[in-house]
Amino acid sequence: MSKMELRLAGSGGQGVILASVILAEAAVQSGKYTAQSQSYGPEARGGACKAETLISDDPIGFTKVQQPTFLMALTQKALDTYTRALPENCLVLVDEGLTVPENLNGHRVLRLPILRTAKETVGRAQTANVLAVGCINALLGITDMETLKKAASLHIPRGTEEINLKALAEGVKLASAVPGEGNAPAARSEKKKGAKQ
Amino acid sequence: MKVNTGDVNAASRTKQMSNLIYKYMRPEHLPQIWCPGCGNGIIMRDVAQAIENLGLSRNQTVIVSGIGCSSRAAGYMDFNTIHTTHGRAIAFATGIKLANPELEVIVIAGDGDISAIGGNHLIHAARRNIGLTVVVMNNSTYGMTGGQYSPTTPTNAYGTTAPYGNLDRSFDIAGLAYGAGASYAARGSAYHVQQTIGLIQDGIRNKGFSIIDVASICPTYYGRKNKKGDAVEMMKWQRDHGVTMEQAAKMDPEQLKDKLVIGLLHHAQYPEFTYKYDMLIKKLAEEREANE
Amino acid sequence: MDQVVLMQGNEACVEGAIAAGMRLFAGYPITPSTEIAELSAYRLPQVGGKFIQMEDEIASIACAIGGSVAGVKSMTATSGPGFSLKQENLGYACLAEIPLVVVDVQRMGPSTGMPTSPSQGDVMMARWGTHGDHPIIVISPSSVTEAYYQTIRAFNLSERYRTPVIFLMDEIIGHLREGMQMKEAEDITIVNRPTVQFPDPKRKPYHMNEKKGQMVPQMAPFGCGQRYNITGLIHDESGFPTNSTEEAEKLMYRLMHKISDNYKDIVRYEQVNMDDADVAIVCYGGTMRAAQTAMEMARAKGVRCGIFRPVTIWPFPERELTAALGGLKKIVVAEHNCGQIVLEVERLTRGACPVAFVGKYNGAVITPQEILQKVEEA
Repeated sequence: MSKMELRLAGSGGQGVILASVILAEAAVQSGKYTAQSQSYGPEARGGACKAETLISDDPIGFTKVQQPTFLMALTQKALDTYTRALPENCLVLVDEGLTVPENLNGHRVLRLPILRTAKETVGRAQTANVLAVGCINALLGITDMETLKKAASLHIPRGTEEINLKALAEGVKLASAVPGEGNAPAARSEKKKGAKQ
Repeated sequence: MKVNTGDVNAASRTKQMSNLIYKYMRPEHLPQIWCPGCGNGIIMRDVAQAIENLGLSRNQTVIVSGIGCSSRAAGYMDFNTIHTTHGRAIAFATGIKLANPELEVIVIAGDGDISAIGGNHLIHAARRNIGLTVVVMNNSTYGMTGGQYSPTTPTNAYGTTAPYGNLDRSFDIAGLAYGAGASYAARGSAYHVQQTIGLIQDGIRNKGFSIIDVASICPTYYGRKNKKGDAVEMMKWQRDHGVTMEQAAKMDPEQLKDKLVIGLLHHAQYPEFTYKYDMLIKKLAEEREANE
Repeated sequence: MDQVVLMQGNEACVEGAIAAGMRLFAGYPITPSTEIAELSAYRLPQVGGKFIQMEDEIASIACAIGGSVAGVKSMTATSGPGFSLKQENLGYACLAEIPLVVVDVQRMGPSTGMPTSPSQGDVMMARWGTHGDHPIIVISPSSVTEAYYQTIRAFNLSERYRTPVIFLMDEIIGHLREGMQMKEAEDITIVNRPTVQFPDPKRKPYHMNEKKGQMVPQMAPFGCGQRYNITGLIHDESGFPTNSTEEAEKLMYRLMHKISDNYKDIVRYEQVNMDDADVAIVCYGGTMRAAQTAMEMARAKGVRCGIFRPVTIWPFPERELTAALGGLKKIVVAEHNCGQIVLEVERLTRGACPVAFVGKYNGAVITPQEILQKVEEA
């Protein structure tokens, strides 16, 4: 790995910025360089929200994502907005409830029940962001689980450790349930399946 | 200092005055630039007398002023003095008090200074109940710039920017501060020296935010524009129209129309801001110690 | 051992300020600087300092000046609209010589503009915003680590020279999180203002030992026992207003020269690959990050490209830029505005070297490719 460019998109209040921060923290805790930033509208809840984390073995110049290697979208609007001109090798993770646009036909797209698992299995919809972090780390291999837990605990609100660590673990489970997925690239067929649904 | 012969009281008064000057003023910067007959000098003396009566330390007392005729008071008084920007005296004073709550911080301001350009700072300092004492030299005009109407110019009165009479209604500054949460609010006048000194003293003694709105006189601009006569006439008007809060309580609005109401409007104890902040710092330190 | 921690630019500014000795922060919420107020509110009471949310931007800077007058290192932070409002009192601090740090996390303007979008449109306002001739020091960081250490430097300079220092951030660095190199406390130099040792009310508060070349008067915190007067009027050594043209000139001369005569201490800049450079990118603040990548891309293509970056924007490192001109075939100035520092660069090059300009003022970030294109253009 030399450089990862991660873009997380959703709507305000879903916690994608926090997810992006935890991933940056995981990078720092693993001795890597990182740059994390975000853009959002005036709305505290409901507006479009985009957060970016660059992770690299070398010092980072330009701090914004230009060639995303990974995109997560939690809302349809975010997915439709940020999949335009997406590089060929970019892995796309979307919530199961979203319709994958046709321009992603050539991409690896994973559709996973992020929001549903947070709500039903973890027991709290708000943990979807941390669950996503667990999932992303398992997919991309940014750091080990212990470091990831530490990174998460530095940024989640006090008193929510238990439920958030549970969410983290559930996220890892989601990723490992993907056929052919560990830290290895998924089978090409996966994206086709996703695209049709 | 020349003393009138034959009047013992006058002699003792002059002596007292000169003591106040040498103790609390900077004689090398006197006489003041205020016009002959201006009420501001009397009010500045009231502040000095209140400080004398309370026995405050000069080194621990700060006088903060803004811009305008009133603001010159800071330069004449021998304390830690700061002549700030127009309207911002209370905001500067807030920083001084916050940085060192041990200091006695007194703001001397004009009516335009404190209730127009600085009106926002007045109401919020009152709301915060920070331990400042604000003495307003309220002459109902912008004197320094030549007699424009101010927020305390009565309706229909004249100013250089109200050539047809003032259309605005005027502010009751003490009432405004009270409404905003000041723990001490009072009204004095240039004529009612003893009462005003007492009110300033009580205001300084009050731990929270205090305001003493003192009616000054401006014979040069306000007086001339409004045909109020010379300084003596204007002082006589204050004498003849001054009523106490208690008297005013028994009068109807029609009777009160041309009256100058003097006295304590409001005094209550609410926790003072810097005290509350110091308690917060203490609490956090204790929590930290307990955790270690 | 240095430690690396993940921190946001705005947070690094607060932590740097606290390390420098800031114990009073007065502020008003405004995007994109709000995190500075929020973290100050959280952190200051923990270290025995105080935070106050004032009623407006003007009150915030006035309160910070008041705190400094009473002997406490003070700071306020804002963004463009608030920075406009603070200008009058900024001049007050210049003239009355009150140490103070004013942070402006620039956003796209004018007016309310685009509150969450990056810009560097306040560069000239930082230099000339308050009315009248005045000295000013302006520092602009290009990384989170620099946000921390240059905030400390901003305090040190403001204390040493008894002058307001503007810490000119931009949204790019203010909202950027990255790993910050944290030095041990003992490795950090902290400067405190020259302070009166033996308070004496007879001492002239602005008196200077001119024979010894003293340019900065000793300060007496209110309450120390030396009663004196502070004013925004032109004043003499006694601190009282004067209409003397002689005294006015003396004061103004000293105010300007206490900064310009200490150019070497105040000015900081960075040169990257300038030794063999044919083309120099001149940039500052967050724009540096795109320039860095652009330079690497250019070098990979065989273009000898370097970077000249003022860290202290005002005074501008003009001697150093002029010295670097010799071998250059072209300068590319990149900044997030319609052209502000480029004017300074053009003034200094005096036509000796062509100056190209990459400016962006639509709320978007300048990309490395946009800079590279200008670098490559013959």
